[in-house]
Amino acid sequence: MKLTVQDREAYAYTGGRPFDPTLPCVVFVHGAMNDHSVWTLLARWFAHHGHSVLAVDLPGHMRSAGPALASVEAMADWLLAVMDAAGVQRAALVGHSMGSLVALAAAAQAPERATALAMLGTCVPMPVPQALLDLSLSEPLAAIARVVSFSFSTLAAKPSYPGPGVWLRGAARALMRQVLAAQGDARLFHTDFTACNRYTAGLQAGSKVSCPAHLVLGAFDQMTNPKGARALADALQAQVHTVAAGHQLMAECPDAILHTLRAVLRDEVGVAVAGGR
Amino acid sequence: MAGPSDPGFDTLALHAGAAPDPATGARAVPIHLTTSFVFENSEHAASLFNLERSGHVYSRISNPTNAVLEERIAALEGGVGAVATASGQAALHLALTTLAGAGSHIVASSALYGGSHNLLHYTLARFGIQTTFVKPGDVDAWRAAIRPETKLLFGETLGNPGLDVLDIPTVSAIAHDAGLPLLVDSTFTTPWLMKPFDFGADLVYHSATKFLGGHGTVIGGLVVDGGRFDWHRADRFPELNQPYAGFHGMVFSEESTDGAFLLRARREGLRDFGACMSPHTAWLILQGIETLPLRMARHVENTRKVVAFLAGHAMVAGVGYPELEGHPSHALAKRLLPRGCGAVFSFDLKGSRQQGRAFIEALKIFSHLANVGDCRSLVIHPASTTHFRMDDAALDAAGITPGTIRLSIGLEDADDLVDDLQRAFKVAEKAA
Repeated sequence: MKLTVQDREAYAYTGGRPFDPTLPCVVFVHGAMNDHSVWTLLARWFAHHGHSVLAVDLPGHMRSAGPALASVEAMADWLLAVMDAAGVQRAALVGHSMGSLVALAAAAQAPERATALAMLGTCVPMPVPQALLDLSLSEPLAAIARVVSFSFSTLAAKPSYPGPGVWLRGAARALMRQVLAAQGDARLFHTDFTACNRYTAGLQAGSKVSCPAHLVLGAFDQMTNPKGARALADALQAQVHTVAAGHQLMAECPDAILHTLRAVLRDEVGVAVAGGR
Repeated sequence: MAGPSDPGFDTLALHAGAAPDPATGARAVPIHLTTSFVFENSEHAASLFNLERSGHVYSRISNPTNAVLEERIAALEGGVGAVATASGQAALHLALTTLAGAGSHIVASSALYGGSHNLLHYTLARFGIQTTFVKPGDVDAWRAAIRPETKLLFGETLGNPGLDVLDIPTVSAIAHDAGLPLLVDSTFTTPWLMKPFDFGADLVYHSATKFLGGHGTVIGGLVVDGGRFDWHRADRFPELNQPYAGFHGMVFSEESTDGAFLLRARREGLRDFGACMSPHTAWLILQGIETLPLRMARHVENTRKVVAFLAGHAMVAGVGYPELEGHPSHALAKRLLPRGCGAVFSFDLKGSRQQGRAFIEALKIFSHLANVGDCRSLVIHPASTTHFRMDDAALDAAGITPGTIRLSIGLEDADDLVDDLQRAFKVAEKAA
């Protein structure tokens, strides 16, 4: 679905169904150098089980017009504007990695608009090593290769994502390359990583969130170490869910993430998510 | 900077896509010989059918053993994923028909395996898909042959049987300038000798029957997607970026930014054409891939010894191996194939047809049959077998003469192979 947000074209995947703003809404926010396609299985499931879904492409990423936004706070403003443009007053906010910070910041900026907050593959703060920041600017393809090598816990995650026969490391690398190339912004990776690195208001934001919060962490995550989420869990009074995965946990264990989010959103959105296709 | 890196080729050849079986602890990949997979409940069934969850439904569409093979070849090629098919021909058919339909056009190298030529020139033409053939080294011809209805460019990494090296960087650039993908048949090279995606190819397919399986036991194919072509923005591919009525209006490029081709190939091509691979076949090809690095090194080592022998023999008019300086693709081979030019090549025998027949029939270690890429050495006469449907002009375009003999060098002792050839030359000499 295309929207006009902050005078620019924005794209949101709606889970394979026409968007219905009257249904309980789930907003999915991807991480650095990704796009909506990291959410398609989950988005399709929720869209076919009583929800409306907005899996956005952040500005400057794939289908949403650039330039990319330089701070997590600006991305949170944009996300709330997406909800406005789609006619959504309240939504469950689900984010991964950098997107989890965006969801957190949005839930803190407008607590009344978040019915639930689910942060996947997250920690606060989310520092990026200087060497990797530099590499993302000087050699973004090398930085992609490096990040992919950090992002998976296994050579054989089953049943793979979005379906059997997909080599997850290759798919992750290809997605980041496509996102990098899509709008010709060679600095995109550096912009995203810098936004993560500079977002230091996470714990204060956590204290402003009023909705139920959940952290979904990969036990073997080398990008956002689960230990780095303890203070955030305390600030949010969040329930912590740990799955056997690395940083790309939606790809490595899609069923475990679905089960977790079903439980989370069943409680918070107040609909019987197991019924009504 | 320090940190983990992706495993190397040899490690991936053994481990990519496979882990000890969680149900039994089996270390080797189990053969899942089952047609279908039990659903947890009705909701689970519906969500699998509607691509809300990942998993297996029916082995024509996907199977756990096949999935290991698909992930492994994708890992070795540097791609995003793969689809296993019943044969190399089925893989080519799946790749072509995922993108092309009636009214479509393909630009292909003229130096192709005879079966690929048949499919393009005769069979697909019957279904409204036209092909223009161009000499693989004629850069201008590739560009000039592209039409508004062209869907892809297609060639072999090493053309069959003359071993013209496809200039993938140049041909892929021509394709991409026109908003088209380049499909490459990488059967002769395997990812151990060349990774076509690194040079600009977008799609790769293999006859896994050959070097990947490596033992001459099973027929199979693999289509691999490099994940770099932007199907979403490509005007020529409504098949991938517009709603597909055959799957509830799914837009494949929305569902998967980097795997749209694979999604349609599996969800339409395997579903409807049904040319799937048996899990038993997948398992045997996996056994082959586990030793691919070792075997390819030995294939190339033996081939170099045999080529050197043939190049100096009085009854040989010429040897077509790109590592030889006189080969038209020599410079390209040095650039794209530094590890070697494979183990399949042709040479031209001096003398009569009768001498040619005597030569082949005198061989004892080389087996006279229609295959390549076996661990055993093989021999065939292309003009009367693999390429017999071609007329003289097409044969000439493919670099084949009536005296051309094709060898596939196996893993035997190289000295024994040379002795076998030496003996056959003597028999042929007496048959004059």
